Amino acid sequence: MNSDHHVILRVVSKALIPVIALFGFYVQFHGDFGPGGGFQAGVIMAVAIILYSLIFGIAAAMRAITPGFVRGLAALGFLLFAGVGVWALIQGGDYLDYDALLGEEPGGHHGQHLGIMLVELGVLFAVSGSLVSIFYAFAGRVSEIRDEDW
Amino acid sequence: MTGFEGMDLAVAMLNITLLAILFITAIAIARLRSLFAIVMLSGLYSLVSATWFVALDAVDVAFTEASVGAGFSTALYLGAMVLTSRSAKIEQGASKIIPLLVVIATGAVLIYATIDLPSFGDAMSAANTGVGIDYVSRTPSEIAVPNIVTAVLASYRGFDTLGETGVVFTAGLAVVLLLGFGERSLSSSLRRGRRSSADQSRQGGDDE
Repeated sequence: MNSDHHVILRVVSKALIPVIALFGFYVQFHGDFGPGGGFQAGVIMAVAIILYSLIFGIAAAMRAITPGFVRGLAALGFLLFAGVGVWALIQGGDYLDYDALLGEEPGGHHGQHLGIMLVELGVLFAVSGSLVSIFYAFAGRVSEIRDEDW
Repeated sequence: MTGFEGMDLAVAMLNITLLAILFITAIAIARLRSLFAIVMLSGLYSLVSATWFVALDAVDVAFTEASVGAGFSTALYLGAMVLTSRSAKIEQGASKIIPLLVVIATGAVLIYATIDLPSFGDAMSAANTGVGIDYVSRTPSEIAVPNIVTAVLASYRGFDTLGETGVVFTAGLAVVLLLGFGERSLSSSLRRGRRSSADQSRQGGDDE
């Protein structure tokens, strides 16, 4: 990307990428109230990173968000989801029974809300980490996207 | 005369228009040979599908289709296309009769299957009488989140979602194990501060 004829593409996407990432967080934390949730938010976050690496080159994206980090993020997300289930087991409930998480009286909803939030966070980490890993594995095999590939 | 009036007619026209766009896009994808155009058109197909899902009130499905189908898949196809050639080979002397018969038979079976489906918005359908209505009535007192889809996905059917997350994680793991060596060599050469010259010369050879 030494030449400057993708300048409009770069300027527009530079303005769009933070908005896409912010929208991903909105979808994540607004999932209890409207459409969306961890899966959609994870895909949107991954797409923000992928758009960055399509425009500014895979090398710059890999320096900012390393392949090892996204692989670890995917594993951490899955462990977080499974770990919430184990936490419920330790508290004396069934696996993934969020009512047992905080050991509150019947009728309390804090355990459900906490469980859903943690589980959605796990889905966000697992999905975004896995998708960016898949993209890096494909795109990392060529060093640079040439002009005739557009 | 048609049985449709007012809003019903408008919704029916909208559905027919969207499905016609999907049909034309599918025909265009089947006839094209340029892979870049096919990737772009498949992204368009997903986007129109997502619009149609919104018209069917399936907002969560539309959201997923728009982000995965139109967003991520298109980027992934582009990444895969860069690794291969830019246009599909034209098959010489291939029979077109047998594929046509297979497609017509499959389509006939699918249309036959739709006869048994409940009509759209049918209050007496299996999805609206059994466990679905149970979730709707119990979510406010048991989970107390406004979005029932989230309550079903994350809490009532947490095991399903855990399994789906595992599937996504396993898919990522498998692709990294199969293809990750290029990424690994690129990131290690980036660490050393230079680009692999062997990779450059191999690409130069591909251009001819």
